[in-house]
Amino acid sequence: MEQLSFSFDGLASCDRGVYAIVGVVASGDLEILIERHALDGRCEIDIQTSVHGFETTWRAVMQRFVSNRPLGNTRVTVNDSGATPAVVSLRLAQAAQALDEASA
Amino acid sequence: MNINEGAPLDGMAPSQRSYQEASARERARGLCDAGSFTEWLDPRERLTSPHLAALDAPVAFDDGVVIGAGRLAGERVFVAAQEGRFMGGAVGEIHGAKLTGLLRRAAKERPAAVLLVLETGGVRLHEANAGLVAISEIQRAVFDARRAGVPVIVLIGGGNGCYGGMGIVARCCDAIVMSEAARLSVSGPEVIETARGVEEFDAKDRALVWRTMGGKHRYLLGEIDRFVDDELSAFREAATMYLNRPAPLDLNAALAEHARLEQRLARFGTCEDALDIWAAMEVDEAARITALDTGAFLEAAATALASAREGHADGAL
Repeated sequence: MEQLSFSFDGLASCDRGVYAIVGVVASGDLEILIERHALDGRCEIDIQTSVHGFETTWRAVMQRFVSNRPLGNTRVTVNDSGATPAVVSLRLAQAAQALDEASA
Repeated sequence: MNINEGAPLDGMAPSQRSYQEASARERARGLCDAGSFTEWLDPRERLTSPHLAALDAPVAFDDGVVIGAGRLAGERVFVAAQEGRFMGGAVGEIHGAKLTGLLRRAAKERPAAVLLVLETGGVRLHEANAGLVAISEIQRAVFDARRAGVPVIVLIGGGNGCYGGMGIVARCCDAIVMSEAARLSVSGPEVIETARGVEEFDAKDRALVWRTMGGKHRYLLGEIDRFVDDELSAFREAATMYLNRPAPLDLNAALAEHARLEQRLARFGTCEDALDIWAAMEVDEAARITALDTGAFLEAAATALASAREGHADGAL
């Protein structure tokens, strides 16, 4: 397993939702746990992935995920079992939406 | 991958959705009254498997099982739902401890029922002895809950079926509800083929697999209690029938079951195939059983089971 951590700051934040979990740890898929936390406005991302050597790709996907979303003060934790970047992006969008709807 | 999990399809109540396609968490929520399910040890606790971590394998935040409490038809129920897509729903140490803990709590707090939403290959082989111990603890906890008067209801409708030690656990419970897509057995098709050869059991023959281990055959053999459509609402409705209605758990019940199994063996022991059993049961057009929809199948089954009862005055079947 490879452990990757990213931290993004200067993001807008909001207090909708407490936590959400989407996806499943199955071949070609991943699970994403997204939680609101007081992180001085940062979005902190921790990834455990079974596929080594794709830090640049993960960083690019996560950079795009946090742009234009109010993800300040949010912790994102990922258990990955070899999902492609497209699947990761879909699951991230789903997680952000689920977190938003969890407040309703 | 099911992108809709967590967010119901527009205009469709969660209960109208396919049971088979739903995730474990969707099943737990969809079986309970709307909005009533509360998860215990939710993913934020990060109760992941130490064994998988030691093997450098991916872990899941819930270790593949969702547990909690909710309401069903207004009554308090406990629910455990296995996620078949994580390691085939297999039981590891944490996964098993969550199931055991839920059942032990049920024995103390006596909800109207425990719903076990099973989809599993049995013991998680990565965790070997810890998984085996977990299965025996679950089994003991099922009996403790039942002894306390809490009905334990098994629901099986996932694509992976219910196999291995959990297949045995299922048959230790008060009642089992299955759909056509579901399968219930101990050794799976590939295991039998590997151990006994393709002449004994051809795991690639899907028709053979389903007519041997599928919901229809289990229903005709009297090993399950209800056969339902692949809908969350159908499973929910069936589970409601067993609330506060524990099956007898005593020596007489065990002896009666042994007698039933002895007679079944005497009657069907020489049959080579499920089709032979259905023919011997005098099911109308036995060969067409697998093609019938739920309503037609239940009608054919009722006729066959009624005539079997007439033929055996003790009502053993």
